[in-house]
Amino acid sequence: MELFELTAHELSEKIQSKEISAREVTQSVLDRVESVEPRVMSYVTVTRDQALAQADVVDAKIAAGETVSPAAGIPLALKDNLCTIGVETTCSSKILRGFHPPYDATVVEKLKSAGSVFVGKANLDEFAMGSSTENSALFPTHNPWNLDYVPGGSSGGSTASVAAGEAVWSLGSDTGGSIRQPAAYCGVVGLKPTYGRVSRYGLIAFASSLDQIGPITKDVRDAALLLGAISGHDPMDSTSIVRDVPDYTKALTGDVKGLRIGVPKEYFAQGVEGVIADAVRAAVDKLVSLGAIAEEVSLPHSEYALPTYYILAPAEASSNLARYDGVRFGHRTARATSHIDLFEKTREEGFGPEVKQRIMLGTYALSAGYYDAFYLKAQQVRTLIKQDFDKVFEKYDVILSPTAPTVAFPIGQKTGDPLAMKLSDVLTIPANMAGIPAISLPCGFADGLPIGLQIMAPAFGEEVLLRAAHAYEQATDWHTRRASL
Amino acid sequence: MSNYETVIGMECHAELLTESKMFCACANEFGGAPNTRTCPVCLGLPGSLPVMNKLAVELVLRTALALNCQVSRDCLFARKNYFYPDIPKGYQISQYDDPIGHSGYLDITLEDGSSKRVHIRRVHLEEDTGKLIHAGGNESEVDYNRSGVPLMEIVTEFPPDLHSAEEARAYLEKLRTILVYLNVSDGKMEEGHLRAEPNLSIRPVGSDKFGVKTEIKNLNSFKSVFKGVQYEVERQSALLDEGGVIRQETLGWNDLRGETYHMRFKEEEQEYRYFPEPDLVPLHFEDADIEAARAALPELPDAKRERFVTQYGVRPYDAAVLTSSRPTADYYEAAATDGVDPKAIANYVTGELARLINASNQEISQIKITPAALRDLIVLRDSGKITNGVAKTVLEKMFETGQSAQEIVEAEGLAAVDDEGAIAAEVDKVIAANPDVVAKILAGNDKSMAFLTGQVMRATKGKARPDVVNRLLAERIK
Ligand SMILES: [Zn+2]
Repeated sequence: MELFELTAHELSEKIQSKEISAREVTQSVLDRVESVEPRVMSYVTVTRDQALAQADVVDAKIAAGETVSPAAGIPLALKDNLCTIGVETTCSSKILRGFHPPYDATVVEKLKSAGSVFVGKANLDEFAMGSSTENSALFPTHNPWNLDYVPGGSSGGSTASVAAGEAVWSLGSDTGGSIRQPAAYCGVVGLKPTYGRVSRYGLIAFASSLDQIGPITKDVRDAALLLGAISGHDPMDSTSIVRDVPDYTKALTGDVKGLRIGVPKEYFAQGVEGVIADAVRAAVDKLVSLGAIAEEVSLPHSEYALPTYYILAPAEASSNLARYDGVRFGHRTARATSHIDLFEKTREEGFGPEVKQRIMLGTYALSAGYYDAFYLKAQQVRTLIKQDFDKVFEKYDVILSPTAPTVAFPIGQKTGDPLAMKLSDVLTIPANMAGIPAISLPCGFADGLPIGLQIMAPAFGEEVLLRAAHAYEQATDWHTRRASL
Repeated sequence: MSNYETVIGMECHAELLTESKMFCACANEFGGAPNTRTCPVCLGLPGSLPVMNKLAVELVLRTALALNCQVSRDCLFARKNYFYPDIPKGYQISQYDDPIGHSGYLDITLEDGSSKRVHIRRVHLEEDTGKLIHAGGNESEVDYNRSGVPLMEIVTEFPPDLHSAEEARAYLEKLRTILVYLNVSDGKMEEGHLRAEPNLSIRPVGSDKFGVKTEIKNLNSFKSVFKGVQYEVERQSALLDEGGVIRQETLGWNDLRGETYHMRFKEEEQEYRYFPEPDLVPLHFEDADIEAARAALPELPDAKRERFVTQYGVRPYDAAVLTSSRPTADYYEAAATDGVDPKAIANYVTGELARLINASNQEISQIKITPAALRDLIVLRDSGKITNGVAKTVLEKMFETGQSAQEIVEAEGLAAVDDEGAIAAEVDKVIAANPDVVAKILAGNDKSMAFLTGQVMRATKGKARPDVVNRLLAERIK
């Protein structure tokens, strides 16, 4: 196996035992980027020199006998909606072209001090709005398992880079499934933490009450490691929770005896392809064979999660995206004759159609006369969705379901059918509504494309979530398969 | 007299006396080169998030309690969405439902001595905007130093209790006094730290319908509030008398010309799309928090005034003057300690000392005379060591140099002359030098006696006690 194919924990062991150097690992990944990037197109920006310099710092520390963190020397891709000092941060939007943040996101700061090696900024649907990375205003990213297919979205660049060996692991953001759905499509592990577990400071907001940064990795152990490295209270983010960060790898015991699994019938209903439902049921059976107990449960309000999401997320987005006005940063129209004109033309030129549509939707939902019927009602439904989960978690430790109703689809297939596109997030949105952690991991293949298993747990139940995911993963070999490019 | 009744609502904004801004660590200061007190948060850069300044919340809570408000146990912050270059995020973080304080009141005293209760609808916390500077030509520049400075909004209840320019000014003055007492705001209207925006309408006396209201901005002193409201009442009255129509508009006040000017019409309700701010967690006050804040409130002007009357025996009018500012009241109390006549101190603080302070354009907190030094001066005078006239001269010297009364009296030989013989000698000299005046007095012109007294005082440099001089003169000219 080539170095770029290994997991972070495998590489970290070799780096720390001086079997290999961080520079060798980084070079291997950079070479891989050079050879496959023209076909996969994961990255908006590759920070080659920075990566090598960071690797050298780690090697020097190890040579000096210093102890380094498990993230030290491991090449990582950052979704390009995470602010990085001095490195252009675009959100894959024309409106942020030329924006070089004067500060690092808190997660970036944490990983920098952990000795992480930053390979580059990964492509996404513009402002994280989309499910295929086709809404990137720059270029689409391709699925490493089949280059004619989408990688999913919106963290498609982050998941494709890991699946293609262009990064050992990566960070994405998940507002309605943007980590888990592309992780499922690309056959990697993607974890959306509990809302408040990871600081959002420096994550360019899409929908503030739903956004959460999380790890995208090749296996569950790596997810546990990377989650531990980015979690914790941040005084810069009022919504981040004061709570100790456990060593998540300690949860990976392999023991699921007596684990109570809820299988929500609504998540296997129409729209979910048979091959997906079968693979997920087989995964449930596998865990049962390991000693877990599985029962059918009901999450009756989850069916309203998608329409609710398409009121709340655009409402918040319409306000979050108001700051892109051409006054202080990013694109500014050259044709302005007044303030209002400056705003209108800058935004007209800078935003893509999906972003504009969501701003319109959100503005409408918040307008006088519609607020009660839309925004307020959606908040009430959100509470009901959350209560469904609370009820199930009284009796069950985790909930298992498919991550997405289908496997990846061909590029261009759903761009003309926005509803079909949005339905690919129907099974991931409820966890964002409830603020609970959820993970996607590979559980099979259909037509050579990966299938994702979703495991959800109660708020701050990352440990039981990882334990269940890890036990399943270790009993199967899906996670060892690599896309051939 | 006017056939119209004036109805005034008042919206006030006070910049809070916090060290840092409302959501970031940038300094909350006045002035400075443009955009030097900014960071990703107050510039609204992508990815930045607000973190609430606890002191700002405390200051608003303090004000709400001092204004007799109910406190919302749970309050949310809300985004007020609109586009303007001076609001960096495209929304202002403010409060909408459940402000920190609501349903309060403030009692004001009018010039005729009557008092009035002004009901207050809400007291809430929000962030200030930046400042748009028209740079000439087609260019504008924005200074974000003020962006994110914590701002408190205080709005009077509807229907309004204020009905005249005098009432509007009295309300503002009282409000300012309280804010300064609470150490919540420096109350400087000239610098825009306290801003008042009255909205007013008139209606025929006896009518139960409200007229169309206009709002006045750019009022940067109590005087301009008074004049602006008066001007607008007259403008509206004249317009209605002519059969004209008042339009809902925002007016600016031009202080130099003493008139308002049109800024914009407000007939269309602006759509702000308020919704709860998801980047902040809701505020929650426990009863214990509120009671602790209430207990920590300083004595407010009304209570202090009453106490001064009963404790020090000063006249109600003097008590009102002494308590009109907290530094003055504190100064007074520090001087009016045991062993001195508190009324005499009150006379000096509201009289001679106030005159000197005004003339030198200082604040009482800046002067060189300490309360203890003033007290010593009064003690010196009341013990007869110096005359009343000399005391005033000594006060001026003290004000100038910061020396003690004792030092000045000794250095300049200003002690009262106790030796009656010495005074008698001067009296004799004056009588001898002014035979014509003596003649007038003997002819029954008593006023001329004051002239002779003045001559003796001058000769003794004020050190002779006037009662002694008068007695000796009277004894001799009989
Ligand atoms: Zn700042």
